[in-house]
Amino acid sequence: MVEIVPTPEMQASQDLRQEQEAEQITRIVAGEKNLFHDLIRPYERRIYVTAFSMVRNAGEAEEIVQETMLKAYRSLHSFRGESKFSSWLTAIALNEARACLRKAGKSTMVFLDEEGDDGEGACQPFQLRDWREIPLEMLERNNLAGLLQDAIQALPEKYRTVFVLRDVEEMSIEETAHLLGLEPGNVKIRLHRARMMLQKTLAPLVQQASPSQRGMWAFLRRRP
Amino acid sequence: MRIDCKEAWDALSAYLDGEIDPVLRAEIERHVQFCEVCSAVLDSTRNILYLTADDRVFELPGGFRERLHAHIDEMLQQDSP
Ligand SMILES: [Zn+2]
Repeated sequence: MVEIVPTPEMQASQDLRQEQEAEQITRIVAGEKNLFHDLIRPYERRIYVTAFSMVRNAGEAEEIVQETMLKAYRSLHSFRGESKFSSWLTAIALNEARACLRKAGKSTMVFLDEEGDDGEGACQPFQLRDWREIPLEMLERNNLAGLLQDAIQALPEKYRTVFVLRDVEEMSIEETAHLLGLEPGNVKIRLHRARMMLQKTLAPLVQQASPSQRGMWAFLRRRP
Repeated sequence: MRIDCKEAWDALSAYLDGEIDPVLRAEIERHVQFCEVCSAVLDSTRNILYLTADDRVFELPGGFRERLHAHIDEMLQQDSP
């Protein structure tokens, strides 16, 4: 999330949502099973996106969501509300996604490169001299969405996970740190690395992908 | 305090998240006014983050919600939480 600091109103509505969820959960566990549909509805999209960002395969991502909801339902009685329900769901989905990657032998040895590279620096952006806002129509026309998905998928797993939780799911630094069992400082460093890597991959591609539009804008600017 | 490009890059993420000390923030803003490289790096990174948050980048497959809730219905009939 970019430059959004929660206002007291946002905080209040979040607290209300958490209270409502706690009540829903109590009722579901007490037997009103069908409320489970409503409980997960606000999160099904982001759980899918998280799963998809991890495995980059729509069918597998969908299975992960189904499995996540199944596991969440079966252990709902043990949910204590120490974390947000949404974070709890995400944690289950991440585990499922990792299991899926491991099964497919796609696991990027997470712990091998764990040591020593959370330090400062060593990450340079792509140095361009001119950047115009990417118009939203370009998203569809030039398959920017695909480029972005590929670039996220290509991030080493420890950076990708942090990026997905923070910039795709829009969790706070603290929530992300709590969920991954990291220090907030480490989350910030990994997030910074991930963003710089994406900038480095995507900025040159986007520049190449939009020559005609850039030309058109230049033409428009020259007119009196 | 005067920062160089490298220092501006290192603080970029914190700057975009608004989690930055006000002195450094002012320095970055001053720096990007005359440094076109950092200005473009900042804009491109910010733009990529906006795109990431755009719902159209990650579209749900057709029928996703229907399948999910049908699956949940099946589960609800068999299981208890
Ligand atoms: Zn600079």
